[in-house]
Amino acid sequence: MNALQDPKIEGVAISAPGGKTLLRLLTCGSVDDGKSTLIGRMLYECGAVFDDKLGALDRDSKKFGTQGDSLDFALLVDGLAAEREQGITIDVAYRYFGSARRKFIVADTPGHEQYTRNMATGASTADLAILLVDARKGLLTQTRRHAFIASLLRVRHIVLAVNKMDLVGYDQTIFEDITQSFQTLAQGLGFASITPIPVSARDGDNIVARSTHMGWYAGPVLLEHLETVQVGPQAREGQGFALPVQWVNRPDLDFRGYAGTIAAGSIRVGDRVRILPNGQSSEVARLVTHDGDLQLAAQGQAVTLTLASEVDISRGDVIVSGATSARQGLELSAHVVWTSETPLRLDNRYVIKLATGQANADVVALHRVIDINSFEARAVSEVPLNGVALVTLRVDRPIVFDDYARNRVLGGFILIDRLSNETAAIGLVNSDALADLARASGWAEQVERRVIGHIGVAGSQARRRFLRSLVADLLVAVLLAGALGFWAGSLPVGLVLFLADLIIRSLVRALCRRWFRPSEGVSDGGGI
Amino acid sequence: MIQLTHLQKLEAESIHIMREVVATCDKPVMLYSIGKDSSVLLHLALKAFYPAKLPFPLLHVDTTWKFREMIEFRDRRARELGVDLIVHINDEGVKAGINPFTSGSRLHTDVMKTEGLKQALDTYKFDAAFGGARRDEEKSRAKERIFSLRSAEHRWDPKNQRPEPWSLYNTRKRPGESFRVFPLSNWTEADVWDYVALENIPVVPLYFAAPRPVVERDGTLIMQDDARMVLLPGEKVEERMVRFRTLGCYPLTGALESQATTLEAVLDEMRSSRVSERQGRVIDNDGAASMEQKKQEGYF
Ligand SMILES: Nc1nc2c(ncn2[C@@H]2O[C@H](COP(=O)(O)OP(=O)(O)OP(=O)(O)O)[C@@H](O)[C@H]2O)c(=O)[nH]1
Ligand SMILES: [Mg+2]
Repeated sequence: MNALQDPKIEGVAISAPGGKTLLRLLTCGSVDDGKSTLIGRMLYECGAVFDDKLGALDRDSKKFGTQGDSLDFALLVDGLAAEREQGITIDVAYRYFGSARRKFIVADTPGHEQYTRNMATGASTADLAILLVDARKGLLTQTRRHAFIASLLRVRHIVLAVNKMDLVGYDQTIFEDITQSFQTLAQGLGFASITPIPVSARDGDNIVARSTHMGWYAGPVLLEHLETVQVGPQAREGQGFALPVQWVNRPDLDFRGYAGTIAAGSIRVGDRVRILPNGQSSEVARLVTHDGDLQLAAQGQAVTLTLASEVDISRGDVIVSGATSARQGLELSAHVVWTSETPLRLDNRYVIKLATGQANADVVALHRVIDINSFEARAVSEVPLNGVALVTLRVDRPIVFDDYARNRVLGGFILIDRLSNETAAIGLVNSDALADLARASGWAEQVERRVIGHIGVAGSQARRRFLRSLVADLLVAVLLAGALGFWAGSLPVGLVLFLADLIIRSLVRALCRRWFRPSEGVSDGGGI
Repeated sequence: MIQLTHLQKLEAESIHIMREVVATCDKPVMLYSIGKDSSVLLHLALKAFYPAKLPFPLLHVDTTWKFREMIEFRDRRARELGVDLIVHINDEGVKAGINPFTSGSRLHTDVMKTEGLKQALDTYKFDAAFGGARRDEEKSRAKERIFSLRSAEHRWDPKNQRPEPWSLYNTRKRPGESFRVFPLSNWTEADVWDYVALENIPVVPLYFAAPRPVVERDGTLIMQDDARMVLLPGEKVEERMVRFRTLGCYPLTGALESQATTLEAVLDEMRSSRVSERQGRVIDNDGAASMEQKKQEGYF
């Protein structure tokens, strides 16, 4: 065993070289609020900008800069030609830097609504979000949207950076008003901490050094807060073990190992395991690594394990042990952040990729779309780009999952458009949301949702299909009943037959739909 | 509960990425450029698939202007590890007499590297190619996804990248399209050296200081690695104690004066350096959006 694999290294926070801990964060907020400027400024003041890059920044600032002859720090992060020309951020930039006390990985994300999916990408791995607000403008729709998406993705800590204080005369009441409105907005979003800081990203006030213009502010400056905030371990104690099988390692007939990254818990040689979804069980024989076998492995490690008995396992299966909350199913309810220009429609079929599992997925119910301004649910028939909705998905083969709140790996997924191959949605499994919704809404709304579930939303393909079959059924029933009624010479007999036909046939059709849903196999692995 | 160190986390992430490629793509290949990042990439790949052998070949796009020590190192490592190594040279470029001295760095890189790479990928029909690029190297790389989709013409569309949440990769593509995959995306230069030290990974000796014959040209120290480098009037070859921070074509790679002959000394020097790693690369500095443009055209 070598130093890197020594499992004795323990501690609450993830330690980086030199004993420093690591914090992953993102910047977000509305367009032009100063996110990239803030990160550029912080990189600069932490000495993370090399001299040759500073020379380039000076040249670039003169050419593209928005700050006259002074440095435009956003240009340190806005690395694409189109971004520099337009003065906006289009895609996430990942930057790596450190201070004396901590290492940081920052995702600088775009504020433009059009690129919200790139913000969601940056937020998915972050522990903390710096949400910027332009002091002149206050909270905007995009500020709300980003706060909501951050909360959905379970970014637990927020820094509310009220920026451009220089443009409002460093006015304390403006800062306090914005802070107040944000506290109201954030109720129910479940953040563990909210830290408001008044800053000027352009001039570096309260970023690394304390501002001389805002004596009324006594709280921490930004870097100081980032260095000291406790975000807690991402791994939960006491979770059962789960290993999504990524690749079956079969170099020869004598070796069959299951390779993957441990999604939850830990495992020892000799532990009993079960395989989901097929339910077989076995025992861990070896934990194989290039540097020798391990006795123990835990969440986050990429391992190869072998089992004591022959079991049939392939990519997408999940090896579990202990009190795991991972489960298998054909239906799951989830929040989706829609990332495709083509809206989500009930009749569309997607490919779901969750951990290493993959299947065809139909959106069988669209329960609500969340209104970004009120955070309220609305019943609608489609979800546009950047919309957030609660849906039920049905997959064509059992998939193993968990709630996102419990496990990011087994609860986070993407939906892929089968035709364009683009990533159509970022999804988060949430089993409780449906029950919450039912409890929160009145009976009339529930009945409406049920009925809509059957007859489809107005204008949808499902509704057209329903109407077509209704007309066909009526026609057939009228003909049949008319003919038989005439033959029996009795109107009541005809009527009874008419009704019986209508009811029995729609019942049979409904059952058929339920039981014999045609499934198109999806080819996993090989060259998709 | 085991808490992983920073390097352990990076290692696990890279291994995860490599396995994902092998599980979902038809014909992967690993771009092997012989530098320290490639050495780390290869080391990680050996770990990822152990005890199986590497399930893909290595590909070196040889511009014919690499340092001789790099080529020796490449052939020795391939032999020692028993890996499958493909060396591709753009013969048309050689026939046309393209070279970094008279054709200029831009044309040389376009023809011998970018074109050469595309030729090799097309010839062997590779549908995924690993590269050792890191996001901390350059500002347009800081924007790139780990799975970077390229069109059938090998173009990168930086304005329309797929969202890439968590460690979930959309590996679907149309026939002809391919991926460039960057398992070291989240590593920094310091991480790479720390890992090289920790895992005892062999690297080309050019990274360590030694007396070498160099010529000062346009403010850069260029090592005269063979007789193809003709001296200009007034130039003279001097023996100086130098090393290299990155490795590429010798006429395009600036040397640093340094006394760092050991790994520890190199690490110290890097930590206190005030210039970026790629500063010695001649090609990066021709035009502000230069790297992005090359990438759009199919450069790694
Ligand atoms: N006066 C003043 N201007 C600022 C401040 N911070 C940023 N700016 C300016 O605001 C403009 C937008 O800044 P960016 O950093 O590009 O904004 P952004 O939030 O990254 O924008 P997107 O990424 O496109 O959403 C630029 O012209 C900045 O120079 C500040 O504190 N004071
Ligand atoms: Mg920006």
